[in-house]
Amino acid sequence: MLEEVGTTETGDLIINIGPQHPATHGVLHLLLTLNGETVKKVEPHLGYIHRSIEKMCESLSYRQFIYVTSRMDYLSSHINNHACALVVEKGLQIEVPQRAQFIRVIMDELTRLASHQLWWGAMAMDVGAITPFFHAFREREMINDIMEKTCGARLTMNYIVPGGLMADIHTNFVKEVKEFLTFFEKKLPEYDEMVTGNVIFRNRMEGVGILSKEDAVSYGCSGPVARASGVSCDIRKLYPYDIYSQIDFKEAIETKGDCLARYQVRMKEMIQCVSILNQLIDNIPEGEFQAKTKAVLKLPKGEFYSRVETARGDFGVYVVSEGGTTPYRIKFRSPGFSNLSAIDQMTRGFKLGDFVAIMGSLDLVIPDIDR
Amino acid sequence: MSQSLKDNILEIVPEATFEEGGQWLNVLIDSNHWLKLAEKLRTVDNFLFDYLFCVTCVDWKTHLSMVYHLESKNNKQILVVKAKIEDRNDPKIESVSSIWKTAEFHEREAYDLFGVKFINHPDLRRLFLTDDWVGWPLRKDYEDDVNMIKL
Repeated sequence: MLEEVGTTETGDLIINIGPQHPATHGVLHLLLTLNGETVKKVEPHLGYIHRSIEKMCESLSYRQFIYVTSRMDYLSSHINNHACALVVEKGLQIEVPQRAQFIRVIMDELTRLASHQLWWGAMAMDVGAITPFFHAFREREMINDIMEKTCGARLTMNYIVPGGLMADIHTNFVKEVKEFLTFFEKKLPEYDEMVTGNVIFRNRMEGVGILSKEDAVSYGCSGPVARASGVSCDIRKLYPYDIYSQIDFKEAIETKGDCLARYQVRMKEMIQCVSILNQLIDNIPEGEFQAKTKAVLKLPKGEFYSRVETARGDFGVYVVSEGGTTPYRIKFRSPGFSNLSAIDQMTRGFKLGDFVAIMGSLDLVIPDIDR
Repeated sequence: MSQSLKDNILEIVPEATFEEGGQWLNVLIDSNHWLKLAEKLRTVDNFLFDYLFCVTCVDWKTHLSMVYHLESKNNKQILVVKAKIEDRNDPKIESVSSIWKTAEFHEREAYDLFGVKFINHPDLRRLFLTDDWVGWPLRKDYEDDVNMIKL
């Protein structure tokens, strides 16, 4: 895109941010049109990490396609796996044992917590504070250790499979999660003290990158981005899956739609995650961790769609089956893709420096957008 | 609720057929009727489908089919519209990016991977692949000797 760099007839400056730039958190390429320091237009160029996962899935079996989904939104890999397991279970009408449902939700919430911790550290770093990043990673490391012991992986888990779980939790799992929760509950007020109340931080975030409620819905935004604009869109509440209907938690909603609102939504969500985990961790029922399933899964002819709430929003798996062992067509509806499409609307009229804060507040994971 | 929804849709597109028994109500229409239906689905009070959460295309080898998943935040209902595009060699359908802004990106994706041309799309270019890419990778008859993914 080198030839596009330069000044336009009206004297506007066109600059590239990315594909390799720390503020884009991955290989995202943005073409910005600037008038002085004011952003006039943002144009995303995608595809630097496009692997055509949807095409790959057409030749993978219903047990195999779960593995590639861990590599989309790698910070929500449990939740992505969960969506895939749900769509297969929907097609085959598999009843998942209670124990598996509990553990799945615990894993989902731990993942959400880890993802928000990473975002919190990176968000603060984007606007100039280095220290929070290390605090966030210290706590996130504890979750990663628990994951490593349970799933054998720290990022691409592949633990939730159709019918239940890959393996049972390890013997110290409950103890370690509880230890982590007691530790982390004390850390959350520290997070607030360090960043939320900081004057410099608030000045960078407040009133910046405003997205109205109407635009949030029209752009198909979901997750914390949409909830910060006052849209009630938590799939866990609206269309509960597994045992979410039995859990008592609040949907975090803000109304201002600016960067600070998106920040506050995620901070509130972290508190809710801890509360959900506290409700579940002592009550994991005994029993099987997996339902009995056939070795080769064949979905009946038809279409199946499952929706889950990842750390970034509404993630959907749409499977078109012709009755074979592999899907005829799979579409992954990724939350980041729609959230990114609103960036032009959010950034227009703000300064180049604000753009970095807006990017951070969107919490984008590029492999999730490109797929 | 589903019956009144059907009646209302039939008033706009009398040729529409329905698929039931699945997760949500599916409406099958011809691509020519899509824009007319979409405008009403967004604005009329008993529809108010404001959240277009998934847009995709399916290649059925004889024809293409655009699939739109719509949700109404107010009326708490979900509708799936499938628009059949008969001409596979020159597939065309009206763009709905003026109705739902999210469609702009999703339609670019469908153009990039399936070659569906969206009429009146503000900026119809490839989204993921390079501008000089030949062919439509997610079509069933796509073959690429070098980059083909076969597992």
